[in-house]
Amino acid sequence: MKRIVLGVAITMGLAALAACQQQPQPAAPAASTDFQKVLIERLLDAKPGDVIEIPAGRHAFDRSLTLRVNGVTIRGAGMDKTILSFKDQKAGAEGLLVNAGDFTLENLAIEDAKGDGLKINEGANITIRGVRVEWTGGPKTSNGAYGIYPVQTTNVLIEDSVAIGASDAGIYVGQSKNVVVRRNRAERNVAGIEIENTIGADVYENTATQNTGGILVFNMPNLPQPGHTTRVYRNKVFENNTDNFAAKGAAVASVPAGSGIVINSNDQVEIFDNDIADNQTANVIVSSYFSTGYMTDKGVAKTFDPYPEEIAIHGNRFKGGGDRPDGFDLKALKVAMFGLNGRLPDVLWDGYVNAQRAGGPQVCIDNGQAQTLNADGPNKYKNPSVVTDKVRCTLPPLPVVTLPSEAAATTAKAAPSA
Amino acid sequence: MKRFVICAAIVAAAMSFIGCQRSQAPVLFHPQGQPQTLGEWHVLSSDGTRLTLNQGVEPYALNTALFSDYAHKLRTIWMPPGTKAKYDANDAFDFPVGTIISKTFYYPRAEGGAVLRVAEQKGESANGLDLSKVRLIETRLLVRRQTGWTALPYVWNEAQTEATLARAGDTVPLTMHKPDGSAKTDFAYQVPDENQCAGCHSTNNTTRELHPIGPKARHLNRDDPWHPGENQLAHMVSLGRLEGLPGAGVAHNARLDDASASVESRARAYLDVNCGHCHSQVGPADTSGLWLDAGTDDTRRLGLCKPPVAAGQGTGDHLFDIVPGKPDDSILVYRMSSLDPGAMMPEVGRATVHEEGVAVVRQWIADWLGNCTSDGAHVAMR
Repeated sequence: MKRIVLGVAITMGLAALAACQQQPQPAAPAASTDFQKVLIERLLDAKPGDVIEIPAGRHAFDRSLTLRVNGVTIRGAGMDKTILSFKDQKAGAEGLLVNAGDFTLENLAIEDAKGDGLKINEGANITIRGVRVEWTGGPKTSNGAYGIYPVQTTNVLIEDSVAIGASDAGIYVGQSKNVVVRRNRAERNVAGIEIENTIGADVYENTATQNTGGILVFNMPNLPQPGHTTRVYRNKVFENNTDNFAAKGAAVASVPAGSGIVINSNDQVEIFDNDIADNQTANVIVSSYFSTGYMTDKGVAKTFDPYPEEIAIHGNRFKGGGDRPDGFDLKALKVAMFGLNGRLPDVLWDGYVNAQRAGGPQVCIDNGQAQTLNADGPNKYKNPSVVTDKVRCTLPPLPVVTLPSEAAATTAKAAPSA
Repeated sequence: MKRFVICAAIVAAAMSFIGCQRSQAPVLFHPQGQPQTLGEWHVLSSDGTRLTLNQGVEPYALNTALFSDYAHKLRTIWMPPGTKAKYDANDAFDFPVGTIISKTFYYPRAEGGAVLRVAEQKGESANGLDLSKVRLIETRLLVRRQTGWTALPYVWNEAQTEATLARAGDTVPLTMHKPDGSAKTDFAYQVPDENQCAGCHSTNNTTRELHPIGPKARHLNRDDPWHPGENQLAHMVSLGRLEGLPGAGVAHNARLDDASASVESRARAYLDVNCGHCHSQVGPADTSGLWLDAGTDDTRRLGLCKPPVAAGQGTGDHLFDIVPGKPDDSILVYRMSSLDPGAMMPEVGRATVHEEGVAVVRQWIADWLGNCTSDGAHVAMR
């Protein structure tokens, strides 16, 4: 009933929009704010189980939207049909902020939010499907920070979505547990997909291209939950060579342009069966917090583990890359070791290890012909060396992430035949 | 829509009737629903010339208050007869079901429809408000129902006779200048929507329950502006409105404008009331690892040399939240000074910069000694 009322309320605006959209004109039709009040009140009045349908059209908002009710689905008519535009946003730090669980957002686009596109802060059972978050002016430092940004969430599925132009990370999962990120496309962000301080993430069948760094698995200090156990597989990570346009001080500002997959200070990360190509600094980087430039004795908790450990890299298909590293140090390193026309190896490791750790860092890179360079960070890059065979080892495979919703679906499917 | 018009008409009629009787109907607590006008609560009433407080509606003031675009605020509490709030040393007092807290945002008037940027004068709201001198913007109610606190924002009409529920928020264009006509500012005053109210008042992001922010011992522990010479908390006790107030050891935040208080105490009081409800161990900004509430003493938690977690372009190209001795290099100052919705802090409720507040925080940071570098801090790969 409510759905119908909502539909009626915006019909007039829609008719005009639909008319515009039928013409094959490149310029976007003018957005209308008529829908703003309707949607805000709909979000305020939502009850668990409600489906808020947003019809096709370009809807303008000058303030951020907030949902605080569990169990709500917000659904558009398609990521290129239902567009929430925040181009003229005057207030609020996000496009859509969700403080709720059992939440699904699907089939719409959020464009040009001043801050983050979609932020979901705390909550379990989050599904983002077929959502596009984009800054339409291309890569710019003034773009919002994060495209799709669940933080402190549990059981998170992000699939078939698109993130473009974030000045930090296109898809950023932070401080979360049990996460699946699959079949998404991330391009022209600083970080395409970033998994940070998260426990249990499967990142697969995504495409990350034209970012500064394609897929990042990071740990940041001073947070209650250190991340571990992330699998990155069957992704296409290529040509992530966009100049870093993050504001200084942002964690990703330290990522060199031309980074394919980057692991920083995280533990138990398995990178396998990916197609990783033509990332001009290195196809894979394994580094510690010491290499970010943010390590201070006053500002970083003593309990923080800055070293990447139990890292397994195997069975990836590498092509090209390493030929034009970003930054003076790495350029010099490349020329000194591999000559003007040479290239850095597929895997670049900063070489910081915790000498106290029994069993060593367990950085295990067993990837056919691919070579690994230890850049000798602890000695200010004085004695870098190719360590391909020294780091050739294997670790037990990491567990598969299973989302409760998919486990239930599998059981239901199996039940009739049983 | 029609229903709303009818409601409003009834209320207007009712109010004029009450006006004739020269006494107000008692405060009316609505245990549920969303009354469309402020008048339906009978907490405040206006005849267009004066805003008055109903019987039993007690005004209160804070030491250092949250900044809202230089708006002045008339704060009141009403509790059902015979009930009391319970004292708490750190958190908001535990108010009984039926409590109505109101906060009316207004500005002194300037010429030509503009508003004035001046500090609140002592006693300016002692007998309600003279509406020929002030412009009312909005009144927010925080209502303690059986199910918890509910936030309801009401926006005043031009005649200043009634305020209407604006659940979706509102934007009020204002021109503000100083009494001498300098520093003229045009800005869009943002009335928050109900969910944005919760963005601040949901001080525990896990339970998401709303709570009052102002009525805490350390904010209320001050002289009572309406009863000079009396402590405000003691006055609440004498009215029979507060129980459990200890005889000694009640926390006390400094006042921002008290030049006799230390810079640190004023800065911390300011950060506590403006930021601490989100930036705490359990607040919505706990994701940042930066805690600015009064109870935090760990300098790293307060931001000293702390790298940001998810500030994005909000870093303003700075590396750390607080760089000792260098306010211009500190993200905290950058975000307090920004008007970009993607970078500014707080995230809502501000369209201008609070120059006095920023100045005190800058001074506090300027007084810190040391630096943020240590082993390994200059080995960035780039």
